[in-house]
Amino acid sequence: MSRHAHDAYDTHESHEGVGGGARRSLAVIGAGPAGLAAALAAAVRGSRVTLIDAGAQAGGQFYRQPAEELGARRPQALHHQWRTWERLRDGLATQIATGRVTHLTDHHVWCVERLDLDEATGFLVHALHGPAQEEPSVVRADAVVLATGAYEKVLPFPGWTLPGVITAGGAQAMLKGGLVLQGRTAVVAGTGPLLLPVAAGLASAGAEVAALVESAGVHHVARHARALSAHPDKLVEGAGYVAELMRRRVPLKARHAIVEAQGDGALEAVTVAALDRDGRVTPGSEQVIRCDTLAVGHGLLPHTDLAETLGCRLEGPAVAVDDEQRTDVHGVWAAGEATGVGGAALSLAEGHIAGCSATARLAGREPDPRAWNAAAKSRARGRDFIASLDAVFAPRAHWAEQVTDATVVCRCEEVPASAIREAVGELGATDARTVKLLTRAGMGWCQGRMCGPAVAGLTGCEPRPSRRPFARPVPLGVLARAGEDLPDE
Amino acid sequence: MNGKRTPLDLVRAEPGPAYTATFDGAQIAVLPGQTVAAALWSAGVTAWRTTRGTGEPRGVFCGIGVCFDCLVTVNGRPNQRACLIRAEPGDDIRTQHGTGHDETGEGEGR
Repeated sequence: MSRHAHDAYDTHESHEGVGGGARRSLAVIGAGPAGLAAALAAAVRGSRVTLIDAGAQAGGQFYRQPAEELGARRPQALHHQWRTWERLRDGLATQIATGRVTHLTDHHVWCVERLDLDEATGFLVHALHGPAQEEPSVVRADAVVLATGAYEKVLPFPGWTLPGVITAGGAQAMLKGGLVLQGRTAVVAGTGPLLLPVAAGLASAGAEVAALVESAGVHHVARHARALSAHPDKLVEGAGYVAELMRRRVPLKARHAIVEAQGDGALEAVTVAALDRDGRVTPGSEQVIRCDTLAVGHGLLPHTDLAETLGCRLEGPAVAVDDEQRTDVHGVWAAGEATGVGGAALSLAEGHIAGCSATARLAGREPDPRAWNAAAKSRARGRDFIASLDAVFAPRAHWAEQVTDATVVCRCEEVPASAIREAVGELGATDARTVKLLTRAGMGWCQGRMCGPAVAGLTGCEPRPSRRPFARPVPLGVLARAGEDLPDE
Repeated sequence: MNGKRTPLDLVRAEPGPAYTATFDGAQIAVLPGQTVAAALWSAGVTAWRTTRGTGEPRGVFCGIGVCFDCLVTVNGRPNQRACLIRAEPGDDIRTQHGTGHDETGEGEGR
């Protein structure tokens, strides 16, 4: 998340390749850093872009803005890299004004459909819009950039379903978007670089942050010191958060973990314990911290539903892309967290490259990678840094030992760990899909997005793509009429 | 947050005048632009759903529309994600019990 990244990319190139014919259209799904960078790069170079996003305003999760009616005169107090946001925001406004970008807000994409026509490949982007998310909307495009972002991974522990326990990203989203805190006293816990800005944000907004609990230890950082030291700007950013937390007297507990959340109907306290070098709880180290909010996260997971439906190849949990950010499905690019979680600067670089590449290829030209040299360098640095971070902040081993049999693992279907352990130990399940069929874990509203990593961990298998046919719930009436819908344009 | 700094202070917010909605029949003040979840948090409410199986209370978990833990009944329509839907003046927001369809009588509104 460099302050300097992305400043280098131009947004002033001439409209090469527009030619005489009608401009080809590009649908960019997601208006976070990756989607905005892709939309701007493509529009500036002559593509007709439809930017489709679920939010009321552009920005995604990283640049989530307070509702305009809240009249925030200094929203940057909740943000980093504000100047980059201003440039993206103003660039989007310019491109909308010139008619090169159409921005569809409050559009929740549930499926991207590939059409195989005579010559060209085309796509139909199916979305729901309106407050009730029941009005269907279809956008036709010649190519697609998937910039669908990520969501939080949370591993279960006793008490994690209590009201008051929220994801770290969720606490930040509610703060940035709604300007609200859940309670007075918060603990921020789990692992990963997101915890620092979340704790700093909650503290600066008036919450008492009773502790920041990080399961990685200083020895994890030391082990990767050389790789990390290649990225001084990122270390400075991290150190800035730490300094802010120290200034606000927030206790930092490295190599500690939450082993239980307690409360009668709502969170009242958490039990924190020290971890040994193997990631096991040190007996006798338990300490109770009173709090009414626990913001917890163990990293992020890429949103890959749309890519999976299109048949794009995944690598691990992320969409696989080539140097141009192309997926292996013709006409489909992907950028940002969907191709591997790596933060805003990396997303901007990937989005820029995707937009440049897509525009050139839509115009029938072979793109010249020299046109995105700066972004490619930023991308290489970003990926290198993330590889180091992932090594430091891997979720601790042995987390499952604290998951009691009574702990609810699947929040939607209320499946306890005992049922999953029975499916594995007595019924012979060896993969998450069999566990799902035997226990209903992952069959509920969220379709396993929240419990997937936990079920995989308790089952002892690798998390696998879930192949959800729809990225969001769709009313049956919309599905029934889907064939009759005509594209918006 | 009596006397304490608030998020609104931090960003020097000057919201439009608050309006009124109800939660389980009690009046709550809502700032324009807030989601149902943000309005409920502001009113000190952190749970507005009970689960289908064991009747446990739930509220916001992921905050971005992924987890469906914050489902709520708004103006008689159950299964609305409180973190996504905006609160409007006069909204009748109610705790959702289970699927929320007992209150509506039918399988309407899905």
